[in-house]
Amino acid sequence: MKVRTRTDLDTLRAEGLSALYPSRARIAVGMATCGLATGAASVYQALRDEAEAQGLELDLVATGCLGYCQQEPLVDVRLPGQDRIVYARVTPHRARELIAALVRGKLPMEGALAVIPQEDAPPDRTRPTDLPLLPELPFYARQQKVILRNSGLIDPLRLEEYIARGGYQGLARALLTLSPQAVVDEVIASGLRGRGGGGFPTGRKWQICRDADGTPKYIVCNGDEGDPGAYMDRTVLESDPYSVIEGMVIGGYAIGAPEGYLYVRDEYPLAVERVTEAVTRAGEMGLLGGDILGSGFGFSLQIVRGAGAFVCGEETALLASIEGGLGEPRPKPPYPATSGLWGQPTVINNVKTWGSVSAILARGADWYAGIGVEGNTGTVVFSLVGKVANTGLVEVPLGLTLQEMIEGIGGGGLDGKAVKGVQTGGPSGGCLPARLFQLPIDYETLTEAGSIMGSGGMVVMDEETCMVDVARYFLTFTMDESCGKCTPCREGTRAMHDILTRIIEGKGTEVDLDLLEEIAVWVKTSSLCGLGQTAPNPVLTTLRYFRDEYTAHVAEGHCPAGVCRALIELRILPELCTGCGLCLRECPAGAITGEKKEPHVIDPQLCTRCRLCYDVCPVDAIEIVR
Amino acid sequence: MPDVIVDGQRVSVPQGTPLLEAVRAAGEYLPTLCYQEGLAPYGACRLCMVAITEPCTAVVASCSYPVEEDMAVETKAPEAVAARRLALEFLLGRYPRSDTIREMAAQEGVSATRFPAPLAEGANELCVLCGLCVRVCRDLIGAAAISFIGRGSERRVGTPFEVQSDACIGCGACAEICPTGAIEIEDRGHTRILHTWNTKVELRSCPACGKFFAPAPMVILQDMMPEVAESWTLCPDCRRLDTSRQWIGEAATQARRLAP
Repeated sequence: MKVRTRTDLDTLRAEGLSALYPSRARIAVGMATCGLATGAASVYQALRDEAEAQGLELDLVATGCLGYCQQEPLVDVRLPGQDRIVYARVTPHRARELIAALVRGKLPMEGALAVIPQEDAPPDRTRPTDLPLLPELPFYARQQKVILRNSGLIDPLRLEEYIARGGYQGLARALLTLSPQAVVDEVIASGLRGRGGGGFPTGRKWQICRDADGTPKYIVCNGDEGDPGAYMDRTVLESDPYSVIEGMVIGGYAIGAPEGYLYVRDEYPLAVERVTEAVTRAGEMGLLGGDILGSGFGFSLQIVRGAGAFVCGEETALLASIEGGLGEPRPKPPYPATSGLWGQPTVINNVKTWGSVSAILARGADWYAGIGVEGNTGTVVFSLVGKVANTGLVEVPLGLTLQEMIEGIGGGGLDGKAVKGVQTGGPSGGCLPARLFQLPIDYETLTEAGSIMGSGGMVVMDEETCMVDVARYFLTFTMDESCGKCTPCREGTRAMHDILTRIIEGKGTEVDLDLLEEIAVWVKTSSLCGLGQTAPNPVLTTLRYFRDEYTAHVAEGHCPAGVCRALIELRILPELCTGCGLCLRECPAGAITGEKKEPHVIDPQLCTRCRLCYDVCPVDAIEIVR
Repeated sequence: MPDVIVDGQRVSVPQGTPLLEAVRAAGEYLPTLCYQEGLAPYGACRLCMVAITEPCTAVVASCSYPVEEDMAVETKAPEAVAARRLALEFLLGRYPRSDTIREMAAQEGVSATRFPAPLAEGANELCVLCGLCVRVCRDLIGAAAISFIGRGSERRVGTPFEVQSDACIGCGACAEICPTGAIEIEDRGHTRILHTWNTKVELRSCPACGKFFAPAPMVILQDMMPEVAESWTLCPDCRRLDTSRQWIGEAATQARRLAP
């Protein structure tokens, strides 16, 4: 069937609801890339095979990501009339037990994490257990899901389930009740700002493009996420592709663009696969193509796969890449809103921005503007990773403090270690120290502190992280990803990298620190595009907030975190060593010797300071001499 | 025409002109490598940095920043000078053998570099990656025979796979526009050798004198300019001779006609 009217949407909504809340057991396995990486596929198979073997009739579905990466693979089970129970760290063995329990008619409590309350569930449901509700868990307590509203709850490719949870209501409202200008006004009123990290007011960008001369106009979705440790866009595309597609159609209607391009990096094969399928399905259902919902407005969408250049996340480079040209940035102005794809007015927004747009049109600008704080409304998605107890994908209202994010949601440092700082905004962001954790997360505050919001990476660092090493790590990335077009980025990132390497190797001097700063300021002010303009941020912020660590390296030849290989030595404490031989077996350099049950010894000449022995020693008998 | 104030001096330039042109109109010098009138601004070398003081404050590359009414810029603002000098210092470190870079650096007061950076083996030691050759070939000649290869400090210019190019018409515009003389072209007998591009093109001989003078693939230009196509069969010398003869012939005829 094709969706032609609101009634058709209602029909699909009913189908979706019965798929989400079937009259038999429904088991959902989180099978986004994060789940698959921890073995969700074998869990899924075990569930299927065991259910078949036991003759259990059930609906087994693959959903997207619930965000709690720490606890993957996540499986949730719903019995008719009940809320969903989420099981954490499910193994194939546990999966088979789960089926056996279901056959007996009782859900096990072992391994159960929480209950997902279903706000749109039929009223007959009952709370089956004493488990906490998912939103009550510390990890979820301060989260508010807008962009990730369906992530992990629906089968990403079942359009009916997306519609059942309010999908395409925004598009229906826009196309059938609002003028294009009214849609732009709605987005302006919501206060939404670019979630790719720049934070430019989305509505204002749309208005500029709508007012610009030239036809055709284009809509582009930037899904070329490439920051190390960041996977927000991937998850949205894998877990809820229709929310992005719907947002783009709304954008097309608002600015008068009949055509859109969804640019997704090819290193995200599952995201590519799912958006491709979703675009096809939306087309079959008449939600892409000509005369959508009988409104007379038509919109077609093409998927373009990025070819592996980080710089193509920069909007002008991305447009060049779509055009089939060399993926390198060009000077702005003119901005894409007036001269973008093939020189035509183009709105280019991030995956999360488009995902927000569909929610805003469905629920209204006032609702959205009520989330977050003045000037920074709505929610933002972070991938909270690094040396933090709870890792995962979190969505919070803007204005939450770093403290609430890292200590509250993240649960503090890993293994109880003290958190030293956090890198926001990926390789383009900065390292902020723990003493600034009272700062609210918003575009302006982070920029003033020397970092950026960026697209949402948040890497937590503890006392065992060397900040010079961190700066060098990010510089290595930006240096490798610099397209080489402009002099400051091409020459400057390499020069900074070389100086940082010198410092890490214990060959740096005080002069190097000034030189580093001089180059960093130049690269920041003189570079052509955002990559170069932000690449020095890790250097500048670590110099600003952790200068004592740099000084320790250059003045004392000392790495306080015990990371830099040239500045540390590893030693076995004979009074603690039990002679278990674990380190001896693991040492890749053959630097450890010792008799069984006798204290072992490390030969510093052979030792490469890889710290493998330090990590494996069961009795903490290995000391890092700093 | 918007008025722009350059170092306190008011100049009028057409709307949308690159700031660099306004600076030049005011008689001020700025170093550039990648800027060339007739090609779209590229913003790669970052040598033409100036400080905008009105209506906002920013350090920008003047070649790719369009002028606005009542804009004020300072070419000698310390942050702009520092940006230009550092860029030149880095270029000097990378291309110490380039006269162009040495002279440009000297003009900005940079005579030594703290950043010696040897090029990769086999790299063109004069190519400063300004992209003029790539753009002239693509945007003006329409051949697009060369482009950038690699990224970051691996970036270089070449033909696809760095082998003989079928798209190159041997016109030599790339060598002509190169600011550092990095592109080597040699005519040997009936062959033009574009050493830098690993490409050879056949030269055509002049039907009058037999001299090899124009790359054969350049006949495509004849199609683009039919009005002069005929005279292009001759080499420039014979063409001049031919034109002179025609004129002299016409003059003689006219003289005879006018003669009593």
